[in-house]
Amino acid sequence: MLIILTSLWLLLSGHYTGLILSLGLISILLVSVLSIRMQLLDYEQPDSFRQTVYSIPYGFWLLKEIVKSNIDVSLRILNPALPIKPQLYNLKTSQRAELARVSHANSITLTPGTISIDVDDDSIEVHVLSQSGLEGLLDGEMDARITRVEDRSYG
Amino acid sequence: MNDPVYLIACCLLILGAVFVLIGLLGVFRMPDFFTRLHAASIIDSMGTLLIMLGLMLMSGINLITVKLFLILLFILITTPTAAHALAKSALHGKLKPKLGDDKS
Repeated sequence: MLIILTSLWLLLSGHYTGLILSLGLISILLVSVLSIRMQLLDYEQPDSFRQTVYSIPYGFWLLKEIVKSNIDVSLRILNPALPIKPQLYNLKTSQRAELARVSHANSITLTPGTISIDVDDDSIEVHVLSQSGLEGLLDGEMDARITRVEDRSYG
Repeated sequence: MNDPVYLIACCLLILGAVFVLIGLLGVFRMPDFFTRLHAASIIDSMGTLLIMLGLMLMSGINLITVKLFLILLFILITTPTAAHALAKSALHGKLKPKLGDDKS
């Protein structure tokens, strides 16, 4: 992790004077100490390389969904009648690991028209703006895709 | 100036600005807190996505592109977390969301 942080700092700063480098060293140590105190390291870690690779197709799929729902919500906003039907819905999820559940909740919130409000062990409380947003969640494709990424990266 | 990549970048920037405007309009038009969050998430996702893509195309392939990509990635991870925190604290603070299709 120290190597990753150091290369990130060198990549982003681009200055190699003594002062900047020592500031970088201090921030790297600070982040490391905080991560260890928060017990973020060695924390239900799957193979993170495989996880990253398998997340890429999911990212593209999510991008497509974001564009679709953005257009849907934008049209609703621009419609003078404001055709919305806000609802709360308790969505069942099939992810086991916390990281996958958080990814699912964040994907839901990132897609306009749906916001995750509460995350439990096997369900997410969702606030949806319209019926079409709810139907998009109910077909369960997002859930299935994240579970597939999870299974593969642990497998 | 008539470089096609530059023109595409300009179109992306303008489109991004349009989505930011739509999101802003939505924040004003929506009836309650939770529905306003939905409108704000348009700015977070589509607005930043298009503007960052436009800037990346404009800068060409170099270190700045990498930095812009990292900025985009971190924005896409942190904004839903912030929106979730807002929604959760609002609901737990006994703010009742308006349900159904009633309009105010």
